[in-house]
Amino acid sequence: MIDEKILLTPGHTGCAGCGQALAARLVIDAAGKNTIVVNNTGCLEVFTTGYPYTSWRVPFIHSLFENAGAVASGVESALNYLGIKDNVNVIAQAGDGGFADIGLQAFSGLWERGHDILTICYDNEAYMNTGIQRSGTTPTGTNTTTTPVGKDSIGNLRWKKNLVDIALAHKCVYVATASIHLPIDLQNKVKKALKMKGPKFIYILAICPLGWGSEPAKTIKVAEVAVKTGFWPLVEYENGVLTKVRKIKKDELLPIEEYFKLQKRFAHLLKEENKHVVEMWKEKVKENIEKYNLLED
Amino acid sequence: MKEFLEGAVAIARTVATCKPAVISAYPITPQTHIVEELASLIANGKLKAEFINVESEHSAASCVLGASATGVRVYSSTSSQGLLLMAEVLFNAAGLRLPVVMCCVNRAVSAPINIWNDQQDIVTVRDAGLILLFAETIQEACDLHIQAFKIAEDPNIMLPCLVNIDGFILSHGYEPVEIPSQDLVDKFLPSYNPPYKLDVNNPLTFGPLVGPEWYLETRYAIQETLNNDVKKKIVEVAEEFTKLFGRKSYGLFEEYKTEDAETIFVTMGSLAGVIKEVVDELRERGEKVGLLRIITYRPFPEEVAKVLLKAKRILVLEKCISLGAKGPLCEDVISVLYTQVSSNGSKLPTVQNFICGLGGRDVSKEELLEAYKDTTILKFIGLKKENLGSFI
Repeated sequence: MIDEKILLTPGHTGCAGCGQALAARLVIDAAGKNTIVVNNTGCLEVFTTGYPYTSWRVPFIHSLFENAGAVASGVESALNYLGIKDNVNVIAQAGDGGFADIGLQAFSGLWERGHDILTICYDNEAYMNTGIQRSGTTPTGTNTTTTPVGKDSIGNLRWKKNLVDIALAHKCVYVATASIHLPIDLQNKVKKALKMKGPKFIYILAICPLGWGSEPAKTIKVAEVAVKTGFWPLVEYENGVLTKVRKIKKDELLPIEEYFKLQKRFAHLLKEENKHVVEMWKEKVKENIEKYNLLED
Repeated sequence: MKEFLEGAVAIARTVATCKPAVISAYPITPQTHIVEELASLIANGKLKAEFINVESEHSAASCVLGASATGVRVYSSTSSQGLLLMAEVLFNAAGLRLPVVMCCVNRAVSAPINIWNDQQDIVTVRDAGLILLFAETIQEACDLHIQAFKIAEDPNIMLPCLVNIDGFILSHGYEPVEIPSQDLVDKFLPSYNPPYKLDVNNPLTFGPLVGPEWYLETRYAIQETLNNDVKKKIVEVAEEFTKLFGRKSYGLFEEYKTEDAETIFVTMGSLAGVIKEVVDELRERGEKVGLLRIITYRPFPEEVAKVLLKAKRILVLEKCISLGAKGPLCEDVISVLYTQVSSNGSKLPTVQNFICGLGGRDVSKEELLEAYKDTTILKFIGLKKENLGSFI
């Protein structure tokens, strides 16, 4: 028998070491059984709902790649009509493709209209479900199947689209980033978000061993290094005000190369001729450190 | 009591009597008056419903899809480009077996951009697993809306239903209309009680990944539902409607003076009005002619073959074309005729196809009388030869 408290049950077909599977389980277990999940097309929907099985022990709907924001708005409105919204959480979630690219319009609509919904993006920084193609959140220098590294290519050219700022610009009542290496922090953020009425956004880095070329056994390690290099700052905004930042001790700040070393998608960045890309990453990390005042003595 | 109302207003007021819980729409001409009136009814306390103003038709259809999955009655409406943007969601709603009810105010498709009426928009989604009904008059548009909820929401059906009305002609035209009383609609239309929904007390997964082992059966199930349950239900509901509301509703199709007709016009939508006049005029001249008006376009009623096979000549008039082939309605007519004939060996009538009214071009009685004399197999009616130089 499966523990009844686990709402995303084992037995799904996620890859070994999948960061999204872990993140999604932490989210739904924190949200509890009185939750309706609306999911865009992507890995999570594919590996948890292969008919005739499902891993979800809460009501779950997957409609299309880009419409979770709108479907969830309809779900929430129906719950309002029925007068039961206060007893039921609605979560609308997607990967980076479904959230930041093709689904952004529908999420923008949801946020702007102020629906009482928790939106979550599991960012694995490329279209993993279709075979590691570049997305709007793929960072510079990433080797993907549509931005392959070659004689004339360093991989993806552009830096990540900033979803946190986009959510803040929509006046989401709660905006936070989270990491799977700190599960209690992640779950506390979910619980806090769900206590607030209005549109909420939590942004989670979803380590993808398959797409990133990282060892499945090192998923938690990769997540930890992402945070400790300053690449994935952990922050919380309430009603537009930055209320919490997870500090990094100055002597514990890791050089970004430590992050690259764990992932084959960045292997080429460690070569001398790609030093300029590494410098660019260092600039981006510095921006994070300064913007959020990440370091402490 | 009849009121002299604009079509869109009449439809909105009728929809309000059906008590939809969630309405979502995005502005597009000529659909907008319907949802404006619904918004106004809500704003003035005459309808209790959630109205979601969205950022696109894709989201409008997705909102009502989500609400429908949560177990409440939903409504939306759109036209033209909006319908095309919704196309993906409509296929999805059908596959998810959600009884979304909508009005498609039929309008031409861009480019060139043209806001006027034809029926090119709706034929793009004819294969989606939707129930597609066509109204001839504003009154019929209202009556079909009430029936649409009852048909779509039947637990044995659970498919989206779109009522089609010709843009401007029916949406902006005025007609004396009977808006049925709330009592009567309540008697006719039960509250929506879905066999499955998103419910925290009974967690179900909607929209799973379905592989080759199961997918084929999902399509077969929709096909069976449309061809059996839906057709039966449409006939039943039309009969029940006729009895209860005291106004004739025809169900699958309407026959007009087809009894001894040697030539039968076939069409759908408001064009039937002028064709009826043409039929009357030709009858006065002693011509044996009639009209068969398709009301239910999907599922396509193969029952029309029985009527049409008695004629020598069929003239299919339609406001849409499958460019590179012929009119989609004509193809359906030929298909059911041929199927019928190849099984019983009777003689096929000649089938002629007239494409007309595209992009809002008027279709006159004179042009239809000309078409009656014409022997061409496929022809655009009302072409202005002097305009062609600009495009060919």
